[in-house]
Amino acid sequence: MIWQVDLAILALVVICAIAAVTVRDLLGAGILFGAYSFMLCLLWAAMGAVDVAFTEASVGAGVSTVFFIAAVFRTTRRTKD
Amino acid sequence: MLVHATLDFPGWGDPNAPAHLHVAPEYLEQAYEKTATPNVVTAVLADYRSYDTMFETAVVFSAGLACFFLLRVQSRKKEEEEEEDRYFRHLATDMVIRIRTPSMHVPDSPYLQQLDPYWTPRSLIVRAACRVLTPFIQLFALYVVAHGHHSPGGGFQGGVILGASLILVALSHDLRTSMKMTPEKLMGVLSPAGVLIYAGVGALCVAAGHNFLDYGALAEWLGTAPEAARSLGILFVEVGVAVCVMATMIIIYANLSSAGGHKQGL
Amino acid sequence: MESITGLILAKYNYWMYISLMMVGLYAMIAKNNLVKKIIGMNILQTAIILFYISIGAKKGATIPIIMHSEGHGHEAVHAVQYINPLPHVLMLTAIVVSVATLGVALALAIRLYARFGTLEEDEINDQVREAP
Repeated sequence: MIWQVDLAILALVVICAIAAVTVRDLLGAGILFGAYSFMLCLLWAAMGAVDVAFTEASVGAGVSTVFFIAAVFRTTRRTKD
Repeated sequence: MLVHATLDFPGWGDPNAPAHLHVAPEYLEQAYEKTATPNVVTAVLADYRSYDTMFETAVVFSAGLACFFLLRVQSRKKEEEEEEDRYFRHLATDMVIRIRTPSMHVPDSPYLQQLDPYWTPRSLIVRAACRVLTPFIQLFALYVVAHGHHSPGGGFQGGVILGASLILVALSHDLRTSMKMTPEKLMGVLSPAGVLIYAGVGALCVAAGHNFLDYGALAEWLGTAPEAARSLGILFVEVGVAVCVMATMIIIYANLSSAGGHKQGL
Repeated sequence: MESITGLILAKYNYWMYISLMMVGLYAMIAKNNLVKKIIGMNILQTAIILFYISIGAKKGATIPIIMHSEGHGHEAVHAVQYINPLPHVLMLTAIVVSVATLGVALALAIRLYARFGTLEEDEINDQVREAP
């Protein structure tokens, strides 16, 4: 565990979270949420929680992103905030 | 307020923090001896805390059920009313035929391919690459399920990867192709079957005269030592988890991407 | 100076978890769009997962897979050498539950869109009030 790596990834995680919440396009929000999940996966691999990192990579970054995109495709991309 | 509360927390990575001093050392020190499973996370997940995981699987199954009931459109009449123009491509001449009357029946023919009005993936490269990749992804998923004792992995991850490989087929071809490969009824049977495999292993242990989900009971029937039997019991329930998770992921995806119609997806 | 950097290093993970939780809570409460609310819900969940994993971390320890050699047994296992596996187990199941709830939430959003033609909460509220 290298704490510099930890600090850098944590900063990226928070940036991705804020971007996913503020972006004015739902498709973009879904993609940014996928990036956020992947950053978390890196963070957990760095913290030694390999099983959790594996689950997050397949579930969070893979399947949830697909679900978001499918839902946005079936509804609308536009949003007011 | 929360930041103030953190000042009382133990320092990051402190080996003497209270969280490390209760049952965790016991799990760490005894898991390998008692269950013959080097990956402690798998051992705790499927053996020491298997009730937890069983109802967790039931939660995943009921989520798939909820998606099905919320979105699935069954009535044929409504479907036909909502159906827009249908498009077919004649494969030999590459001509596109448009059919406006919804009642007109078009027979399944090898020369005609139905197209989605919004989404027509025609890239040969994407299609061929996904077709080549899919079996390898599925093989990897099976490895993840079976090798969860010795490396990170297990039923949840393997099941999700299996489901994702079939979602990849749906993305690269179209939903109709993937629904032919994984019919809705089969998935609807597999999803509860996974939960039943899990509960069935537990019931077998009761039948052998031990507690529910105490896999050491299976030792006599399997003809192995109790430790190896616990390891094998973990494998059986992981298979159940993987089957349930895979089927549920496909059900949720098929319902979400087609808004319940199962006609045309992403 | 030494003590301040020590404090920051010791608590940095917790502070980040709090800020992530606040981002998620803000999105759930203040955002108007349903998909944004769902993203906020997921961020809140992952913040709590981050908290648990941070609790489980141990300095100078390795991943919780017992080192063993085929044939001649293994040496006695010392709990100090391995990261605490218990939070990992709990959070592994929490992640899978979170994707299940995500599927149900998105299904509800799609149903609402089919019924009202919008994903904005205030517009849905207006339509509900106008209807008798």
